[in-house]
Formats: sequence, structure tokens, C-alpha cells
Amino acid sequence: MMNSDDVDRQLKNLTRRGFITMAAAAGAGYASWKFLRTRPHESGIEWPLRNALQTNEKLAEAYFSRQRLSPSFRPSDLTRARINGRLGLQAPVDLDAWRLNIEGASSAVALTLDDIRALPRHEQITELRCIEGWSIIVKWTGARLADLIAKYPPRERPQFVALETPDRGYYVGLDLDSALHPQTLLAYELNDAPLELLHGAPLRLAIPVKYGIKNIKRIGTIRYTNIRPADFWAERGYDWYAGH
Amino acid sequence: MKKLEKKHPLAIRWFHWINFPLLALMIWSGTLIYWAYPRYANLPQTWWRAMKINNRLAEGMALHFFFMWLFMINGVLYVAYTIFSGEWRDLVPNRNSFREAWHVLLHDLHLRKEAPPPRKFNGAQQISYTGVILMGLGSLVSGLAIYKPVQFGWLTKLFFGYQGARFVHFALTVGYVMFFVIHVAQVIRAGWNNFRAMVIGYELVMVPDLPVPAPEPAPASAPGVGAKERSETSSPTPGAEAGTGSGDEVNDEQ
Repeated sequence: MMNSDDVDRQLKNLTRRGFITMAAAAGAGYASWKFLRTRPHESGIEWPLRNALQTNEKLAEAYFSRQRLSPSFRPSDLTRARINGRLGLQAPVDLDAWRLNIEGASSAVALTLDDIRALPRHEQITELRCIEGWSIIVKWTGARLADLIAKYPPRERPQFVALETPDRGYYVGLDLDSALHPQTLLAYELNDAPLELLHGAPLRLAIPVKYGIKNIKRIGTIRYTNIRPADFWAERGYDWYAGH
Repeated sequence: MKKLEKKHPLAIRWFHWINFPLLALMIWSGTLIYWAYPRYANLPQTWWRAMKINNRLAEGMALHFFFMWLFMINGVLYVAYTIFSGEWRDLVPNRNSFREAWHVLLHDLHLRKEAPPPRKFNGAQQISYTGVILMGLGSLVSGLAIYKPVQFGWLTKLFFGYQGARFVHFALTVGYVMFFVIHVAQVIRAGWNNFRAMVIGYELVMVPDLPVPAPEPAPASAPGVGAKERSETSSPTPGAEAGTGSGDEVNDEQ
């Protein structure tokens, strides 16, 4: 048995050792945090955070399957179609003169809306999830981006598809798998009516396997590319992949 | 007579104290995200601004999707450790825990005299400490249902859809804050000896004096914090320097 003084001494030693270790660990943790937050930014966030997003992206892409569909809803589930983004829509648009340019195809392509309408027509009632957190349920009508790509094939198999508004005020990049997903539509109707200007007339992207930010309105150019396309919000700190 | 008694293993202390800042970071970065769509409870913009939570959605998401890995790994290792070490026996509630937890609650509210049993964790603690781990699992699962609602659509369905998963994820966060408040209050109430045990591993306990100093049996070696100390008591006693040497002759405590 130890006597009382021994116990006190022992306790004192343990306490000193324990709290010094704890203080050192807290210091190391704080230093790591400061280190992280002082790294140079890469597209709006510290590069380790950007790296983490890209690692998460690789995992998500590896797991991604075009067979997995975003849930479909009934017409009675429709909610008000919210207008949230006006980027790239400021310039006036002449809907008759509008063309969809495809870059990177075997030959130069400039399509009219009728060319798009000539592709098989698809309807879907899906949830559009905004990166802010809200979501709406809307009905899209349009052509599959996969059908467009099949009809106007790329010169060489691309890794990415870039989409831009005619004034390049807004632009998004897609990985090929998401672009070829069967629910990725070039939509010309919303809730059974032709697209309104602020919803992206004459043609916009409806892509339920991505956040709302990728659902670009008023598409002017589609480009097949092997260079990771610039993406408006990814340049401002958001995840480039932004996939569901 | 006083004695030092091993209470919390080193691994559990590390898991606990690493989890604390990680969970805090997850909650804070989650708040940066929540600001963009404060669906369940909104606050005036002046408050958000005063807390510097406004207009930081991208930053919040980047931090959330970085620290989620550390939070998850720490939690998984903790659970694995409690399973393999047998610590789960102290932590997981048994069929008496719920009745006991009720008694603890009444005692804490000064409605019942009898103190909770002097076990390492009473029923209320077992339920809380196991419950908060299940909450952690719920956060991981509901988080994944929000993060990849198409690729893990079956999970999202379990939560009655995307907004359902968001609600659960948020409610669990409120749960952590409530857990934290009660936990800290109870730790303050329990006192310094109890808190210190979560840092150093040992608690000071009073054991009844033996009426006659009995000669000790041959010292048994037992594991302690140091590598090679020997100790005389049946429960491992730390601190080689103080422990050995004075051990063979006995009991001159005042």
C-alpha cells in the first residue's frame, strides 16, 4: 500500500503529465488549423480544401452509375418553379436568331431549336436541389444530352462537356458520365409550357444528378473537351463536381 | 485512505478530446451552410453578421466535406476500440439502465435521495454515451443521403426524401448542442476529480481504512501508465517513481 503522500505525489505527476500533453495536443491542433486556413487559395478556397473536394470527386465518380436515377414524382407533387439565377441572362436574346453551337464535333454544328426538338422527346418530374439547400419539384421536357452527343459525335472521345451562355456570362463543366446520364436533358419546356426567358429560354440544362448551379440556362455553346472546363461557381470556392 | 484508480483508457481519452474540436468544426461549418437556407429556424441578419456566419456557403461546404472524413474516422476507431477492448460493457445500456436512468434523473432534480450507484457509468450515462454515438451514425448516414441523394437514393428514401434527410441532419445537430450543454453542466457538478480523470486517466478514490495493517502479499506486477512499474494494489496503480520502493512495508497513513 502506498501512503497518502505517495498518492498525492503520484497524482501531481500524472496531472502535470496529462495536462501538459493535453496542452501540447491542443497547440498542435490549433497550429494545424492555422496552417490550413493560411494556405494559398485555389479557386476561392485553401488548396488543401480544394484537394479534398477533388478527392471526394474521384470517389464519387468511381461510384457513379448512370443506372441510378433521381426519383420521379407525380404531377401533384409539383412545386412553384423558383427563379434563382440571372447570370448570363442580362444580354437581350433574339430567339429566332439563336443557335446552339457545338464545338469539338466532327464538323462545325449550329443547331436551331427545331433541330433539338427533332431529337426524341423526354419528360420527367424531378427534384432540382439548389446548393443553398432548398429544392423544388418541376417537370422538364426536352431531349437527352446523350442523344445530342450521339447524333453530333465528338471528334475524339471527350472527358468533359462544357456549356456556356451566348455571352459567356455563365458557364459550367460536366464530367462525361453525368452528361450522358439518361435524366440529363436539354430542356425546352418547364411544367408543360415553353421556357420563359428567366427560366432559360430557349434551351437550358436539366440535370438532376447535379446541384442546381449546373442546370445552366440559355445555352449558347456546348463543347466536347479533354480539358477540365471552367465553371462559374467552382471558380468561386464551390465544388467543381457538385454531383449527386 | 486515498487511492488512485484507473478510470478512462488512454485511447478513449484521445478519441474524446479529438472528437470535441472536430464535432465543433462540423457544427460550425454546418452553420455556414445552414445560413444559405435557414429553413427550420431563422434569425435576424444582424445576428448572422455578428457571428460572421453570413455569405460563407462555399467555405462552409469545403470545410464540412474535409472534416467529415476526420470526424468519421475518429468515430469509427472509437467504436472499434470499445468493441475490441471490452469497454463497451461499461458503456452500452442493459435492461436495468433505463430504470436507473430515471432514478438518476430524479436524484439530479433533487426529487430522490438515493445517489446513483458508484459504478463507472450509471444508467443515464450509458444511455447518453451510447445514444450520442448512434446520433453520430445518424449524422453520417443522413449526411450521405444529402450529399449524394441519387447515388445513395435508397438512403435518401429512408429519410422520406431529400428534405427529410436535411431535417434529420439538422435535428441531430441540435441534439449535439443539447448533449453538450447537459454534459458540461454534469461535468461541472461532478467536480474536478472526475474531469481530471478524463485528462489523466486516473481518479482519486477513498477506500475504507483497514483496521489492522495486514502484511501485503508478494507484489503483483500490473500494467500502469509507465512501462515497468510494479504496484501493490490489485487495481493498476500509476507512477513508477512514487509507487515502488515505499511499497514493501505497509500502511502508515495518517
